[in-house]
Amino acid sequence: MAAAVLLGLLALLIRLIVNSRFADFAVVRHYLFNRSILVGLRNTLVISVLAQMVGITLGVTLSVMRLSKNPVLSVTSWLYIWFFRGTPVLVQLLFWFNAVPQVFKTFAVSVPFTHIVLYQKPMVLFMTSFMAALLGLGLNEGAYMAEIVRAAIISVDEGQTEAAQALGMRSGLIMRRVVLPQAMRVIIPPTGNEFISMLKTSSLASVVLYGELLRRASDIYSTNLRVVELLLDASIWYLVLTSIATIGQYYLERRFARGASRELPLTPLQRIRRNLVPGRPWFRVLR
Amino acid sequence: MASPGFRAVLPGALCYNRRVGEADPAEDKRQLVVLEGVRKSFGDLQALRDIDLTVSAGEVVVLIGPSGSGKSTLCRCINRLETIDAGTILIDGMPLPQEGKALARLRADIGMVFQSFNLFAHKTVLQNVTLGPIKVRDIPKAEAAERGMALLERVGIADKADRYPAELSGGQQQRAAIARALAMDPKLMLFDEPTSALDPEMIKEVLDVMIELAKEGTTMIVVTHEMGFARSAARRVVFMDGGRIVETADPDTFFSSPSTERARDFLSKILAH
Ligand SMILES: Nc1ncnc2c1ncn2[C@@H]1O[C@H](COP(=O)(O)OP(=O)(O)O)[C@@H](O)[C@H]1O
Ligand SMILES: [Mg+2]
Repeated sequence: MAAAVLLGLLALLIRLIVNSRFADFAVVRHYLFNRSILVGLRNTLVISVLAQMVGITLGVTLSVMRLSKNPVLSVTSWLYIWFFRGTPVLVQLLFWFNAVPQVFKTFAVSVPFTHIVLYQKPMVLFMTSFMAALLGLGLNEGAYMAEIVRAAIISVDEGQTEAAQALGMRSGLIMRRVVLPQAMRVIIPPTGNEFISMLKTSSLASVVLYGELLRRASDIYSTNLRVVELLLDASIWYLVLTSIATIGQYYLERRFARGASRELPLTPLQRIRRNLVPGRPWFRVLR
Repeated sequence: MASPGFRAVLPGALCYNRRVGEADPAEDKRQLVVLEGVRKSFGDLQALRDIDLTVSAGEVVVLIGPSGSGKSTLCRCINRLETIDAGTILIDGMPLPQEGKALARLRADIGMVFQSFNLFAHKTVLQNVTLGPIKVRDIPKAEAAERGMALLERVGIADKADRYPAELSGGQQQRAAIARALAMDPKLMLFDEPTSALDPEMIKEVLDVMIELAKEGTTMIVVTHEMGFARSAARRVVFMDGGRIVETADPDTFFSSPSTERARDFLSKILAH
């Protein structure tokens, strides 16, 4: 009954959309593979992957620091997470792009405690849209990843660490070889969600003029005024990206389930293939 | 629990007329583990009170006592998984290092087998056995694998080398854990209730491996209530209660005529079922 009502409502909605002619689908199709849109798509992918990588690296570092017995390390990590989780990522993006170049005029890498400068550039040239987007998204993501990794590390049985200690392994080695690989199983699912989320959040980088998908789409509709069509194009590509990421997540999770259960679940492909084996009862029936 | 039971099923080649842990007179009398006045508290709870214990090379010592008497804590203090509050622990004449490289090196020389196996869940059985030698002892991979296979052969699970721990029975896991500890060529092996988590039919396969080790002259400290093992492999039984060593005796004497009331009481409880 409820399903019937729902289906009825859905049919109404579809009719409403089609009748309203709110979008010209020929235009949607035309811009879907527009060069500028495709470059935007690539940039979205690039900035999302890089920012997620920055986030994961930072997250692992911060979580290990947070669990350290050394109070300086754990407090530093706590403060970082507190700050970057507590402020909007949009503000952080604007901060890197607009505020930082105003406050710091040059960017320089030097050998600590010396005057030897290895690399120097005016800040406005260093803090490009790309750099601001990467820092803004990546540093923010680091704070979220830190909490994910920390929970995963804690979930690994302490006996694993003790067994490794008893073998004479040092703490860094234990973390890398024993604890983190097992934490991966717990880290992967939420990280997949984080990445899917990042694919969409990266659209915020449009405010620092980074040419990702949304920026490109809005650049086009600001001249041709096909707002709905171009937003639809962007949405389609976001859906494609997140769908692919979801599939990737499935296979990654499977890979890291090793050793946790006796038998891995079949992949959809394997399931199909197994069912196609001749001699399986239903197959004979079909023939 | 009766020792004749599992003696009877052992291969005929093994002879248990002489108690296997018993050193012959020519054997090295080097003192491998010396504990003096060791104390350890957890908050208000005194887990170890003035423990004195000496274990010579080649000796097998069984620690026995009621739950909570401090047996695990004692084992864990010997490879410094727990720090001690007072007293000294000498391993092969050297005091226990505080931390860092020296401590890691010492731990590498002490094998430990846990009640809950603690095999690395993400590594195959063979990888479990070779990880220590490769990463801690810097032994080349191929050589470590070869020696690892030999050890797995010895504990009877060579056919499981490429399996993950979750795919093994408890008894097989514990034998893998023993092989992992042995792969480091330890001077001393600590066993903390190695058979307590096992189903009865698997206990024997693990004890057989341990008896074999004892026979080969491995120095062992074993927390166990398996009287059969104590009688056939141990030279000494150390009875603990309330964080103290209450009685030390050879197995036959201890099990047939314990000299303290507390030991009698304890034995009557474990023999009741
Ligand atoms: N990490 C710990 N924190 C607090 N108390 C502990 C800890 N480990 C052991 N204990 C306590 O110390 C006492 C001795 O424990 P344990 O050595 O495990 O005994 P056994 O192995 O003989 O059963 C027990 O009362 C136990 O509760
Ligand atoms: Mg115990």
